[in-house]
Amino acid sequence: MEETRITKSDGVRIVSNMTDYDALSAAFSWQQGRALIDGLPGGKMNIAHEAVDRHVSAGYADQLALRWITKSGQRHDFTYGDLQREANRFANVLRAQGFQKGDRVYALLGRVPQLYIAALGTLKAGCTFCPLFSAFGPEPIRARMEIGGANALVTSARLYKRKVKGLRPDLPDLRQVFVIDDAAENTLPLADLMRVAPDHFKTEPMDPEETALLHFTSGTTGKPKGVVHVHDAVVAHNWTGHIALDLRAGDIYWCTADPGWVTGTSYGIVAPLTNRTSMIVDEAEFDVTRWYDILQNERVTVWYTAPTAIRMLMKAGTEAMQGYDFSALRFMASVGEPLNPEAVIWGNASFGQPFHDNWWQTETGGIMIANYAAADVKPGSMGQPLPGITAGIVEMDGDSGALREVTEPGAMGELALRAGWPSMMRGYLHEQARYDKCFRDGWYLTGDLAMRDADGYFWFVGRADDLIKSAGHLIGPFEVESALMEHPAVAEVGVIGIPDETAGELVKAYVALKPGYEPSEDLRLDLLGHARKHLGPAVAPKDIAFRQNLPKTRSGKIMRRLLKARELGLPEGDISTLESDES
Amino acid sequence: MTRDDIAKALGEELVRIAPDIPLDEIDRSAELRDEFDIDSIDFLNLVTALGKRFALEMPEADYGAMDSFDHMVDYLAEHLS
Repeated sequence: MEETRITKSDGVRIVSNMTDYDALSAAFSWQQGRALIDGLPGGKMNIAHEAVDRHVSAGYADQLALRWITKSGQRHDFTYGDLQREANRFANVLRAQGFQKGDRVYALLGRVPQLYIAALGTLKAGCTFCPLFSAFGPEPIRARMEIGGANALVTSARLYKRKVKGLRPDLPDLRQVFVIDDAAENTLPLADLMRVAPDHFKTEPMDPEETALLHFTSGTTGKPKGVVHVHDAVVAHNWTGHIALDLRAGDIYWCTADPGWVTGTSYGIVAPLTNRTSMIVDEAEFDVTRWYDILQNERVTVWYTAPTAIRMLMKAGTEAMQGYDFSALRFMASVGEPLNPEAVIWGNASFGQPFHDNWWQTETGGIMIANYAAADVKPGSMGQPLPGITAGIVEMDGDSGALREVTEPGAMGELALRAGWPSMMRGYLHEQARYDKCFRDGWYLTGDLAMRDADGYFWFVGRADDLIKSAGHLIGPFEVESALMEHPAVAEVGVIGIPDETAGELVKAYVALKPGYEPSEDLRLDLLGHARKHLGPAVAPKDIAFRQNLPKTRSGKIMRRLLKARELGLPEGDISTLESDES
Repeated sequence: MTRDDIAKALGEELVRIAPDIPLDEIDRSAELRDEFDIDSIDFLNLVTALGKRFALEMPEADYGAMDSFDHMVDYLAEHLS
């Protein structure tokens, strides 16, 4: 364990939203968190009301809510008043097309204003919002739309043509596709419909336990899981944004996460708006110079980014930062995968403050463990549980199978959270058994291995399963294997994550060929192209290796763990179930 | 090395990263990452491969000048001369 500590000055502590971690942790209850949001009459609520309507009612209609920077560098500003009118129009478009409370509206878009408008308008209409990652290929998109029973989709003409058009016959629940630019056959032109839609809409009062958001996450085996979040989650979005990201009204806030992932919703839409910040939204992909320009020119005060990007900035070195003025930056945070200590320390040396790593999952809906503005940072640690969250290290008792909390400092086990916080998932869609398996004796089991040190800081150790974390995205090996199995040359395939200094892990596939096929560079490229076409660049393997045969158990299950141990030159561990070895 | 040689070499490296995208169907003046459906890791791998192939330093700060197939060829032509 690193013993380095980055201490915070009193000057930093006293101006933070949380000045004393221990005191607040002891005193806080979710009742207090709930008091920070409005709610609607009769015990009802709606995330969109907390994000937009209440600020407009309170006289902040003219405050900047969203500044969109196009790829070519143009700025388009939306005030809270604009955002409310546009979201109202979208909600009216949904109603005019026959969509009712409970219908599921998906978005497959990059970082464009329509995504934010669709998300808020969908929530206003009482529908469920589900974002998809635009770098997904048709297969992940089809699986996620099928499982969730998508009723409407908002996308661009380009993405529709490339990824969705061919899926239409497989998606009987999908009634309408709204296209933000050039509508083609079987789609509706969103801009035209919005233009004639009224800009008033009465936000649907929802029961706090009614579904608001659907996010997909990968499973080790089987299909991706549809994680259900309810309107009450906004209590946690708002609170965790305030405490873990130090968000406050008037902040210039930049979340670089893609809107297709949970971070892009919880902290790319909901938390920054409920905390009444001004969000920077950059349409373009990562670029060192562009990012430094944005940080300086927009005078970003709070910046939430990811380890892959931070490591790319590190690679570019301090030369790339020369001449920039980052004095507006008050707080920097990172999420996606554990941030290596070097990157935390580099941030401290280069920006005058560390990156504050935090930890959470799609299932937790919001940040659970974090490094705070007012607390010392131990580089490499994910920090301490949010006030309102109880985290522990647990293990199964070998004999009885009962769950036992391990309290000795430094002991490794599964990271678990006391169930019951507002943004905790309320289900895996259509998979009650899989959901139930995540809970035991009042704990939510995270599937991550971790340890807690004597000061109460948590340290990530690894995943308890075979899931791959690449560039902050959780990738299920099964989904990748299934796509490769569809290639006529493939007999069997095992997919693992291999360490990569920039992306954390990269997806690598080991393929055994059917008789009649010989390994060759052409075939390797053909398999790679096949995987990319079906899965998209974010999920497809970056490397494919040929094997005669893959290590399997007696039941024929490919032993990914063994592939990985061999790839990394690690001990092979228990191989008693190995039936047929690799060659 | 001529511009055509450079374009050919770039095409070869791109095929290794995005073999599913036919070179003759892309818009060479449009955004490289969109046209080839590549993510930032793919892009990094592409630049690394090109740097190795041409023994050329391609610093991160220059990535903005490599945003389309044509611009990438321009960049390489300029730095290889």
